[in-house]
Amino acid sequence: MSIGLEHYIILSAVLFAIGLYGALSKRNAIVILMSIEIMLNAVNIAMVAFSRYIVPALLTGHIFAIFIIVVAAAEATVGLAIIIGIYRNRETIDASQINLMKW
Amino acid sequence: MPYQFVWLIFLLPLFSFIIIAFFIRPFVSSESKVAGYITIAAIGSCMVLSFWALASVMAAPDHKILIPDIEWVVIEDAITISLGLMLDSLTAVMLLVVTIVSLMVQIYSQAYMKGDPGYHRYYAAMSLFTMSMLGLVLANSLLLMFVFWEMVGLCSYLLIGFWFHRPSAADAAKKAFIVTRLGDFGFLIAILSLYYNTGTFDIQELHSLAISGALAGTTLTWAAIGIFAGAAGKSAQFPLHVWLPDAMEGPTPVSALIHAATMVAAGVFLVARTFPLFEHSTEALTTVAVIGAFTAIFAASMGLVMDDIKRVLAYSTISQLGYMMLGLGTGGVAVGIFHLFNHAFFKALLFLGAGSVSHASGGTFDMRLMGGLRKVMPWTYITFVIGSLSLAGVWPLSGFWSKDEILATTLESQPILFWLALITVFMTAFYMFRAVFITFHGEYRGGAQDAHGGHDSHDGHSGPHESPPVMVVPLVILAFLGIVSGWWNVTGGFDVFMGHGETYGFFERFFSVLTHSLPLISLLVALAGIFLAYAMYQAKWLSPERIGDMFKPLYILFSRKYWLDELYENIIVKIVTLKVLFGGLEKIDTYAVDGTVNGIANGAIASGRAIRHAQTGQLQLYGLFIGIGILAIIIVVYLAG
Amino acid sequence: MVLTIAFWALAIVGVLSALGVVLLGNVFRASLSLILCFIAIAGIYITLHADFLAAAQILVYVGAISILILLAIMLTRDVQHGSPSNKLRLPAFIVAILFVGTVTFAVLNTRWQVSSVPPQEPTTSAIAGLLFSVEGFILPVEIAPILLLAAIIGAIVLVREK
Repeated sequence: MSIGLEHYIILSAVLFAIGLYGALSKRNAIVILMSIEIMLNAVNIAMVAFSRYIVPALLTGHIFAIFIIVVAAAEATVGLAIIIGIYRNRETIDASQINLMKW
Repeated sequence: MPYQFVWLIFLLPLFSFIIIAFFIRPFVSSESKVAGYITIAAIGSCMVLSFWALASVMAAPDHKILIPDIEWVVIEDAITISLGLMLDSLTAVMLLVVTIVSLMVQIYSQAYMKGDPGYHRYYAAMSLFTMSMLGLVLANSLLLMFVFWEMVGLCSYLLIGFWFHRPSAADAAKKAFIVTRLGDFGFLIAILSLYYNTGTFDIQELHSLAISGALAGTTLTWAAIGIFAGAAGKSAQFPLHVWLPDAMEGPTPVSALIHAATMVAAGVFLVARTFPLFEHSTEALTTVAVIGAFTAIFAASMGLVMDDIKRVLAYSTISQLGYMMLGLGTGGVAVGIFHLFNHAFFKALLFLGAGSVSHASGGTFDMRLMGGLRKVMPWTYITFVIGSLSLAGVWPLSGFWSKDEILATTLESQPILFWLALITVFMTAFYMFRAVFITFHGEYRGGAQDAHGGHDSHDGHSGPHESPPVMVVPLVILAFLGIVSGWWNVTGGFDVFMGHGETYGFFERFFSVLTHSLPLISLLVALAGIFLAYAMYQAKWLSPERIGDMFKPLYILFSRKYWLDELYENIIVKIVTLKVLFGGLEKIDTYAVDGTVNGIANGAIASGRAIRHAQTGQLQLYGLFIGIGILAIIIVVYLAG
Repeated sequence: MVLTIAFWALAIVGVLSALGVVLLGNVFRASLSLILCFIAIAGIYITLHADFLAAAQILVYVGAISILILLAIMLTRDVQHGSPSNKLRLPAFIVAILFVGTVTFAVLNTRWQVSSVPPQEPTTSAIAGLLFSVEGFILPVEIAPILLLAAIIGAIVLVREK
């Protein structure tokens, strides 16, 4: 059986689900951030796969993926800066203890 | 008569009102009499036009003059409301009554209201009133009539409360306004119900519908009774009569014009105007007759014991209005309106006479403080006696003729009511001559003390004296009319003019009192009433005190006005309205309305308190919910299709 | 055939290393696993004939972001207690499984209009043409540096010593 679009999408979904699980269930803020990076990469795979199989001549999926990488870089920078900031102020990077917005 | 002049009849007083209210009152000193002259000129012109109108109507075929309508409110394919006037025999007679009495009263007021700080206001309101009253009688649709109907009510309010700084006057004005409003509610319902059922406000169309039978049955009966409710409020019929005696708080010329001759007669006029509606509903007609007869005797009984001359006249007015209703209910338009026509002149005369007497005796209206005025005010005395004789129904004065007709028709159709009416004749004669004897005969009893003087007059008095000519002349003119106005129908001319009846020879009818039993009986009853008054108050053969003691329960009942004021004030207003109705509404407001509002707010607070526990501050929990939500959306989209 | 083998190999490595990121108790090891995952994804891009993207993936993710993450891990060493899970582990797992199930179901039940046109290769010049032409994406390309600049300034402000 040759590899088709479905394989890539399902791979993307699996990676996304792993990232989602990590983002939701981990207490360490850095691990959460890493999980989010996995999710973004999973999305990129889907983008490129669609581009490759549906509109191979246009390459728009690639362009989207590039922009996602740009945004992911910015997100990682700011996210890690926030984690460092929290660490400095509260001496913790445990996400379940960061609940200033609680009722 | 060109129809533009008909419009002019009611526009002239309107112009006079506008000039006085907007130009003279703000800019001219209240010492100036110019407002009075303007009003008199306007109403005088109206009177001339009214005579012209009467002549034209008499000459016209069917006694009707057509006047084109002006379209007022037009909603395509749905509603067309037009402003229009009608001029027929009924209108012509009413125009005459209103303009003559109004003119006399305005002339009289020149002296009576002299120096009052509200002089211009008085004339402005009087002009407005005259305009509204003329509009009321000229209106050709119930809607327009209702507008003027409310306007005369407003003017009545303004003029009863003319001396609004006196609490009693302010209260009386409010009372008049509110009590008549109860009746007006019935009138309004009747108008709307008629419009709903027939699609027209036009009186003549309603007439033809009622006559052809297209409008009949319960609808007609209830509409007629609603109209009668309005008429009962305006014409002070039982049980809505309580406002009229209190309305005497207004200046006496106002009482003469509004609360004796014209506005209170508007109720009678309304019933006459819509008479075909009543004619085709036996129940409604019987209601009118019964209420009329009961009011006549009921008010007369209270008139027997009043000490205030204006109140005697007020109860007499109520009683006579009852008579008119009885006349309408048993004899038709001509009979009731003829009494209205005669009554207007002699009752205006009596009120103006009372004002003159009060003027002379230092501003009081209490008869016990008067006495012996016959010698000092001969003109007032003579005219007052003529008015009283006419009211009592003594041959050949005008009151005799119309009263006789009412008695005759009542005997024919409602024999029981006839006896009530006959007793009323006796009572009327008695209380009027009681007033005459106490006021004008005997010794002068001092008038008002200066300390509490100034009730209704404005210059100091050194003793009783005749009123100035400007007051006496209207009295004389009205006295003349009070004698002769009844002769119009001696030949049956009035009945024919009103559309039914036959003519007789003048002398044959004029002396019918000698040849027919009923006129003779009514005359004898009236003379008996006068004689009893003479016996008690002039010759003193019978002591009023002893008779009062003999009939003490009745005396108390009459002088406390059957406790109706107390009933209305303490039971209906204070308990039924304030406690039960308003109390109930307050409960609804507190518990239902506020409860709903507060309940919504409390519900929001409670649900917020419950739901806020979802706000844990845990971002990952929110993320989980977002995930669940997205999944739910995807699944729903797939399931849906 | 080569592609098939390569795909399966890379997919397995990618999924396993991703699992490693979320399951490994040691944060440092998790981050190394993440780097491996990024590399595997770069390989996946190559199987999709996306050579430029594969290079960018290596440069940006493996070269920059991973280093950043490692740096953050080291900076916050004294409060590291491994990579524990919170109370939402089971619900998160269920949501993740449901997600995979839903997407799989959706993908398999959709009739994809797969194009028979062979993929372009190399893609670099085509992407450049798209990115820098007026008809293409020049505006987003010009906005992206502003975003990056804002991110840099934001990061500096956040972590600056008071």
